[in-house]
Amino acid sequence: MELKPCVNIRQEWDIVGARQLGREKAKELGFGTVDQARIATAISELARNIYLYAGTGKVEFEIIDQFDRKGLKIVAADEGPGIRDVGEVMQDGYSTSGGLGAGLPGVKRLMDYFDIRSENGEGTEIEAIKWVR
Amino acid sequence: MRIPILKLQNYLLISIQIDLDDQTAIQFQEDLLNKIYKSGATGVVIDLTSVDIIDSFIAKVLGDVVTMSDLMGARVVLTGIQPAVAMTLIELGIHMQDVQTALDLEQGLVKLRQELEG
Repeated sequence: MELKPCVNIRQEWDIVGARQLGREKAKELGFGTVDQARIATAISELARNIYLYAGTGKVEFEIIDQFDRKGLKIVAADEGPGIRDVGEVMQDGYSTSGGLGAGLPGVKRLMDYFDIRSENGEGTEIEAIKWVR
Repeated sequence: MRIPILKLQNYLLISIQIDLDDQTAIQFQEDLLNKIYKSGATGVVIDLTSVDIIDSFIAKVLGDVVTMSDLMGARVVLTGIQPAVAMTLIELGIHMQDVQTALDLEQGLVKLRQELEG
């Protein structure tokens, strides 16, 4: 199996690194400019959440090449405190960090598939996919 | 990294040409307010033509700097927001309604001149 491209999130600058690598992968896959911006923005939100709430974690990219469609899968994983109430963070305008509270619900709108798993005290894993149109 | 701020008569001009990280964005906010204070500028144009991503954090910093400058008495216009960036911002749920915008730097200056000089 091919090694998955991955960016470790340890410092603030890694947020930029993650979205730049994501944009590069999206470009390679043939995504248009608008989808590239959507993907890069989604990665930026996910990477920032890791940095802000878990401290460290990673963002992994996987190219999905099925017989009828191609896409880019992003997995953002950390071993931070986890999210107490997933329903709450998926509401627009909810924020514990003084941000705009657009993060996760925004990412869900920008991508085609979105899944979040979080265990209290064990971390969070978010999977998001964008399909090439 | 520091974003250069140019002075032209009563205006300050900024063209953001790098992929903004959080620290640079915050530093820019501070630099701009100091520059307004020192120069007595009444209008500011921030050109975003070369910016290909604005996430919720950068949007907040930009929105805040507009409000902060306004508090000091300087009007800010954002210019050159790319189509992909505009679409992404709205889908993210960020509307930036109180922010003045224009198509490009030139239109931005026209807008400022109309507002400030009547």
